Amino acid sequence: MDTEQDKRQYEADARPVLEAPDIARVLTRIAHEIVERAKGADDVVLLGIPTRGVFLARRLAVKLEEITGRTIPVGSLDITMYRDDLRMHPPRALARTDIPGDGLDGRLVVLVDDVLFSGRTIRAALDALNDIGRPRAVQLAVLVDRGHRELPIRADYVGKNLPTSLRETVKVQLAEEDGRDTVLLGAKRTSPGGE
Amino acid sequence: MQRHLISAADLTRDDAVLILDTAEEMARVADRPIKKLPTLRGRTVVNLFFEDSTRTRISFEAAEKRLSADVINFTAKGSSVSKGESLKDTAQTLEAMGVDAVVIRHGASGAPYRLATSGWIDAAVINAGDGTHQHPTQALLDAFTMRRRLVGRDAGIGQDLSGKRITIVGDVLHSRVARSNVDLLHTLGAEVTLVAPPTLVPVGVESWPCEISYDLDSTLSKSDAVMMLRVQRERMNAAFFPTEREYSRRYGLDGDRMAKMPEHAIVMHPGPMVRGMEITAEVADSGRCTVVEQVANGVSIRMAVLYLLLGGNEPAVTHTRPPVSHHHPSNERSAHTISADEEK
Repeated sequence: MDTEQDKRQYEADARPVLEAPDIARVLTRIAHEIVERAKGADDVVLLGIPTRGVFLARRLAVKLEEITGRTIPVGSLDITMYRDDLRMHPPRALARTDIPGDGLDGRLVVLVDDVLFSGRTIRAALDALNDIGRPRAVQLAVLVDRGHRELPIRADYVGKNLPTSLRETVKVQLAEEDGRDTVLLGAKRTSPGGE
Repeated sequence: MQRHLISAADLTRDDAVLILDTAEEMARVADRPIKKLPTLRGRTVVNLFFEDSTRTRISFEAAEKRLSADVINFTAKGSSVSKGESLKDTAQTLEAMGVDAVVIRHGASGAPYRLATSGWIDAAVINAGDGTHQHPTQALLDAFTMRRRLVGRDAGIGQDLSGKRITIVGDVLHSRVARSNVDLLHTLGAEVTLVAPPTLVPVGVESWPCEISYDLDSTLSKSDAVMMLRVQRERMNAAFFPTEREYSRRYGLDGDRMAKMPEHAIVMHPGPMVRGMEITAEVADSGRCTVVEQVANGVSIRMAVLYLLLGGNEPAVTHTRPPVSHHHPSNERSAHTISADEEK
């Protein structure tokens, strides 16, 4: 896919819209919003969507634990096999699905992803959840909402609303995977990508 | 780019590890209350079985159904094949029905290769055992079982079997399982030793990437896994050993022999087991014997292979290696020379 050179060129051209302190602040705010809406987050389970959604979910869990003093179950939900565009690309390597031990039945599941775009990933996630258990409710937390929805889906918790054009890409980089925390807004290259 | 799985020798190390890693995720589906994924919805897979094999067929069928594919089972018995229809005609019938993949089991070595390369059919071809040649998904499920037991379930992700010592014992001559395992285990970095009576060692075995021994007792203490093969009496056309008792005494695995193996070592068997012949009931029922696990792992491996070959618009398995010819012994019909007429 991306060569190292392409990657460096993209990063040189792209404009950072969130830096590390912004990302930390935004996650703290989302954590507080979750506690407020869930009235204490007693039954909350965080499920990150690989790759970067999982890191965000783990960070949110730490913040929720600081606020509530309780351990918040975190898992990951790979949606690859539920995608509606599987046949348009070569099959991808599967990522890990890890459901916390107590399961999802009757819990408030908060899905966590980095960028909300067409909404198709979230649709696939809802299908995947259907096969795994029956949560009391499902909510969605995203770091960036860049618009351009193709399905009637919206996020409950948004780190930053980022109006974009379809000629732009949004790339989230997180320390766990990319060595630094930043959200980049760049121009789209010939190959589709970015989210 | 090829999109078939004909031989374990076609797989690169990275392909094989990708299949094992994918199978690890597929295995998690089996732990769920709803053991189903929508991944192959709308795709049609035919299980084309010219030879009886309930075990392999239901394993493929379970894998296909868990991925939501439409499944058609075709057995030669009672079909037009028994009236004399050739493999070519059968293939063209399936092509006309718009089949996306064919899982084929055939008594003739090379039949799946022929089906995949002749241009008769556009579908992906998966070899489910051909003659004494190859059974790649069996080798993959064996490697998967070894990686889980010897490296670890989660620790094994991304890993191969480097440095593991595997001993394969018994009727190597008639065994596509042995052939496939030697190829794949070598690719995955394991050291393989074949142990068999001299009469059951194939011609040309010197060129295989493995050691040969005629003495089981001396290899046991340095084995991480011992794989017992079934003595395939149905394929034997001559006396290959004096008596069954003699065979059991020299090449059968009993409790005393198992005690010589290292503590962590496992006993494997591709099934069906002939208790008392190659393996005693005591060994077969012990906690070190992985036969039942191998069956469960077979479904996960077959789900992984189907997903990687059919899940997208092009296969994820690369097949960059040239075909390896070392596993065609001279007494076997070559995959390249088999003709359509021969395969009724």
